[in-house]
Amino acid sequence: MDLRLKALTKSIWVFHISAGSCNNCDIEILDCLTPRFDLERFGIQLVGSVRHADALLITGAMNRKSVPRMKKIYEQAPKPCVVIAVGQCALSRHMFRDSYNVCEPLDKILPVDLYIPGCPPKPEAMIDGIIKLVNKIKEVKK
Amino acid sequence: MMIILKEMFYYFVFPGLLFGTGIGLLAGWVDRKVTARLQWRVGPPWYQNFVDILKLFGKETIVPRGRAATFLLAPYLGFLSLGLAAAIIGRALINPAVSFAGDLIVILYLLTMPAIALIIGASSSRNPLASVGAGREMKLILGYELPFIMALATIAIKSGSIKLGSILTYQLNFGSFFYSWSGAIAMVVAIFCAQAKMGFAPFEISEAEQEIMGGVLIEYSGIPLAVFKLTKALLLYTMPLLLVVLFLGKDLHPLFIIGKFVIFLVIFILIKNTNPRLRIDQAMSFFWGPVSLLALAAVILALMGK
Ligand code: SF4
Repeated sequence: MDLRLKALTKSIWVFHISAGSCNNCDIEILDCLTPRFDLERFGIQLVGSVRHADALLITGAMNRKSVPRMKKIYEQAPKPCVVIAVGQCALSRHMFRDSYNVCEPLDKILPVDLYIPGCPPKPEAMIDGIIKLVNKIKEVKK
Repeated sequence: MMIILKEMFYYFVFPGLLFGTGIGLLAGWVDRKVTARLQWRVGPPWYQNFVDILKLFGKETIVPRGRAATFLLAPYLGFLSLGLAAAIIGRALINPAVSFAGDLIVILYLLTMPAIALIIGASSSRNPLASVGAGREMKLILGYELPFIMALATIAIKSGSIKLGSILTYQLNFGSFFYSWSGAIAMVVAIFCAQAKMGFAPFEISEAEQEIMGGVLIEYSGIPLAVFKLTKALLLYTMPLLLVVLFLGKDLHPLFIIGKFVIFLVIFILIKNTNPRLRIDQAMSFFWGPVSLLALAAVILALMGK
């Protein structure tokens, strides 16, 4: 396996986009960084600038205002970069699917690599999902 | 020819760029691990910083609209000049006889280069947050440079020389400067200034992850970002080493040097972890007020021979 990808799987810097979420998913994401779960031991860090990001964590139901901005942010991220949809809202628009303000689920807008269901998903579920994603990347590139 | 090759080896491999960044990255890991343990976390494995750098080398480099040349070259400016400082300090430690007259002044200039490189790079990215960061960095330089120069002046007065080699031989003969009043005060001043130079909390005002999103580094990605991270690592190697040379230069056995290096590192990390970030005006008044007064006291004490 190629060295760069190996390094990438060991040091994932995450940029967090909240695209109209109810804030609960975001709180659960922050929980991953607390002493109890401590994602830094896998080299996962939350970064403030999308230019440093290796993964975009997207939460929320993507209302009309946030979709163009989200696309812009995705274009600004340096590739290779994965997109992770966190929470039922990002997966399927959840209870907002009939809203006038919410147009499409996330995977019709951006190429999603990992779905983490739940409302909100537990931190354990997120860590589990990321490990699955890492294994997937490793297998694809073998 | 051989001499040139040898000098190249000193600069690029040992004790310059390669060795310095290696040690610096390890020191960065110590910092992250200690921080994690203080917050009751496990912390990253020891190779984490190396993996981070390796990963950044494999990422795409995005150049924003603006001055592409200065944007891309600025990181190397800081990194290479800091490497020169590391090589000069390291060589003086290995053999005090080889250093040249006035290298203390050269080091003083070279140590400002990383900050200047940050300012140039950030300004050429044309990002508003980066320019806020660059402005803060500039003010911070104005703040800490004055007491830092005074701390170095204390050493120069005490040893009667601006040559690292003779500063070291003076301490070998008459004991470390730390054990005199003026030396101890100057060391406290220099520790604060080094903290600001390395961009550690409470002085990471120009980066301020939570406030201006990485500030000066906001537009950097891929290899230039990696070079900036390497510069930071190199600073983490150079600053403690410089403090060892200036203030605790008595026993130059490798084990003692490592021990003193670790002591300074631990002091930096403890200050970092126990202090919240200052505002830029607070940092300025801190450096121009109490710290400068302390430095002045050190200079006066040194002139009186204390
Ligand atoms: S999935 Fe649930 S918790 Fe998450 S943003 Fe939607 S409604 Fe909120």
